[in-house]
Amino acid sequence: MGTVAHVLAVNPVPARSQMGSSLGFHIILACFGIALAAVTMTAEWIGIRRGDAAALLLARRWSKVMAVLVAVGAVSGTVLSYEMGLLWPGLMGRFGAAIGFPFSMEGIFFFLEAIFVGVYLYGWQRLPPWAHWWSGMPIVAAGILGAMSVVAANSWMNSPAGYTLSHGKITSVDPWSVFFSASTPYETAHMVLAAYMVTGFLVAGVYAVGLLRGRRDRYHRLGFAVPFTIAGIAAPLQVMMGDIIARFIAHNQPVKFAAMEYVTDTARDVPEWVGGIFINGHVYLGAAIPAFDSILAGFSPHTRVIGWDSVPPAQRPPLVTLIHLSFDLMVGIGFFLFALAAWQGWWWWLHRRLLLTPWFLVPSAVGGVAAITAMEAGWVVTEVGRQPWIVYRVLLVSQAVTPSSGVPVTLAVILVLYAILTAVSIGVPVVMSRRWRQGTAAEEEAEQVPYGPSPAWASPAGPAPPPAAPGASSGSPQAP
Amino acid sequence: MSPSPQAIAVAAILILVIAAYALFGGADFGGGIWDLLAGSAERGAAPRGLIDESITPVWEANHVWLVFILVLTWTAFPPAFAAIMTALFVPLSLSVLGIVLRGAGFAFRHTAQRLQMQRLTGAVFAAASLITPFFMGTVIGAVATGQVPVHPAGNVLAAWTSPTAILTGFLFVAACAYVSAVFLVLEARQRGLKDLVRYFSLRATAAGVLTGALAGGTFAALPASAPYLYARLTGIALPLVAISIAAGIAVLGMLRLRRYHGLFLRVTAAIAVAAVVCGWGLAQYPYVFPTSLPLATGSAPTGSLEAELVVAGLAVLLVAPGFALLYFLQQRRMLTEAESDASLRLAAQPEPAPPGQPAAAPAPAGTRITTALVLAMVAIRAIRDAFSRTHRR
Repeated sequence: MGTVAHVLAVNPVPARSQMGSSLGFHIILACFGIALAAVTMTAEWIGIRRGDAAALLLARRWSKVMAVLVAVGAVSGTVLSYEMGLLWPGLMGRFGAAIGFPFSMEGIFFFLEAIFVGVYLYGWQRLPPWAHWWSGMPIVAAGILGAMSVVAANSWMNSPAGYTLSHGKITSVDPWSVFFSASTPYETAHMVLAAYMVTGFLVAGVYAVGLLRGRRDRYHRLGFAVPFTIAGIAAPLQVMMGDIIARFIAHNQPVKFAAMEYVTDTARDVPEWVGGIFINGHVYLGAAIPAFDSILAGFSPHTRVIGWDSVPPAQRPPLVTLIHLSFDLMVGIGFFLFALAAWQGWWWWLHRRLLLTPWFLVPSAVGGVAAITAMEAGWVVTEVGRQPWIVYRVLLVSQAVTPSSGVPVTLAVILVLYAILTAVSIGVPVVMSRRWRQGTAAEEEAEQVPYGPSPAWASPAGPAPPPAAPGASSGSPQAP
Repeated sequence: MSPSPQAIAVAAILILVIAAYALFGGADFGGGIWDLLAGSAERGAAPRGLIDESITPVWEANHVWLVFILVLTWTAFPPAFAAIMTALFVPLSLSVLGIVLRGAGFAFRHTAQRLQMQRLTGAVFAAASLITPFFMGTVIGAVATGQVPVHPAGNVLAAWTSPTAILTGFLFVAACAYVSAVFLVLEARQRGLKDLVRYFSLRATAAGVLTGALAGGTFAALPASAPYLYARLTGIALPLVAISIAAGIAVLGMLRLRRYHGLFLRVTAAIAVAAVVCGWGLAQYPYVFPTSLPLATGSAPTGSLEAELVVAGLAVLLVAPGFALLYFLQQRRMLTEAESDASLRLAAQPEPAPPGQPAAAPAPAGTRITTALVLAMVAIRAIRDAFSRTHRR
């Protein structure tokens, strides 16, 4: 191949960084796309079932936040589809035919989600309560199925299957085997649970802050309890799932597992390192639990764990310290969140009321940020741990990266733009909540969100009628 | 080697999706362009309000079309996708830049309270609406003129800076403005805003004439820059080109005479755009890149192509009922702005709030703790058993 010399000259680090930062940003919004509808609908269900105005108000406000986050997520998702080609033409040119199918399925679910988000947001007033509730159901389903489709594509990169190569060119594809590659069930379940944990703990965290500030009315208690319960159910499942996945990776991607656990040489009685920095073959500042890694990988100290000595140095992942510490961070936060959920569950079981002491609420308030950190750390583990491969043991990252110059420029621009988008996705809900707290009902109803409930066209008052002058706005309810 | 029927079918679907994006996305971008040209805050308030009203509900769907175009291209024609993305890195990156800026401006302008902030986000949104279609146009121009090498070694500036490609970029911008203005005439009419009907009629006519002129200019440049495409456009694809021209003139005529039925005008304008996109697709046949990359060698294995056909079928099967529901609810006026939350707020607010909820009498704590201990012991026992069993093995 004539291009090999050129490809080797290309530095994939800027492209990797750009992909990593775009994905790391989008995945947070994706979590809300996957799980916020379920949280909102739970509140609505309580509201309708018990005639609870506070729950209905929460559901309505969360649906507005959902509109903002889905709008931003649509943008960052589109950017990612571009980047698949702009940054990795070597991957798409060779394997686009295989990896395309899961992405196409995702497209359908994204479409469905977009339609029903529209129905759900516009339908608050006129649809009968239960019909409105059911109109949210497709969002929940499409969110989960869409997440599974995209993660299936990533799973395929970890355990490629369902295609035949001849002379470096794909000659046949079995889309079904591509979609359900060996890693798919593990990765998709892990991600969907993570999405529910991130969303649940983050929303609960917002109301935990409110409760800490002394706003202890039913509105805030429910706003805390509903998302916390959902995330709290996901947390123990996630811990279990994580344990199963670790064993699967030890089996399926042993070199990645070796990097996660500092396994230098294939051996039995492998210790489990907690923390620690790996320099020149030594682990510093870490605590080793004797034989525990072997026990975790195969329920017995005599389990043989494959080390990274099994492959030549060029095929080992870089930055093992980063991989290991990210893994430890993810596991640690996972157990922390599980403990929080268990604590609240225990209290509820004993006393049948919410535990709302500062000792519990302060860690709960940071639970969402912690969950996001854990999820990002998990993606670092799986993505950096797959290096230097982009398709595990089939295609190197350096073979896939674009030969175009200019990636450092787009990387810089993307970082700036995503800083702005982050400000938008945090700023808009914050501004809205401030208005909810301080403003009057008339202001709230005049509030606009992207393609969300918008005031009827009445007077050409301008793009966004300033809420300070509710008279100029047109939101007078047109009750039938 | 002639292309497989599956490849032809997927290519046809791809062209249809591109036409849909040109139409819906084009109207959306065009809205941003008219927003940009609407003048000062006071003068432009009315048209800007109308634009905002009509873009808002459909904004998200337009991204879906674009994502489908990307995914379809990389699944069905991977080598072409890789080549385009490598050679046209610069214009594609700039069009993404536009998309991100539009998104940020769009999401934020609705909540921006101060006028200055609104102006800034509005300007960002509008400017981005100009950038994105222009650079997308240059990409299409580069592909159509066959300037994209099949195995590019990096950026190919010459591919998208040829006069034809640049003209195509301007043509895209003008076409977006045209489609959007036509739709906005109808939006204004539905709302009984006579001034705005006149306002956008005038602009639709101007944009239509400009689009026609630019299309003529691009066409005149084709014999030199893309002889194959020119021959096909004046050959087999000529009927489609003629339909597009006729529909375009018909729309302008109806606007001028102010005699039109809403649906009819909309459909005619849609035909004007869709026919020319389909004509371009037909003119390219049987090439992905005219004369350098034929469909037969540039397409994916049959398995992927058939999967894409199934996906397209599924999309129709799943998405069409969704759209039907949306349309049905909209027609029945079931989808309106949220009612005032005042009643909910009142109902939710006043509550003396005893921190404990009226609880169903909990079972005595003693029994609960005992149960928990028993459960914990059973669990520990079970885990131990599991371990010892593997041990023995």
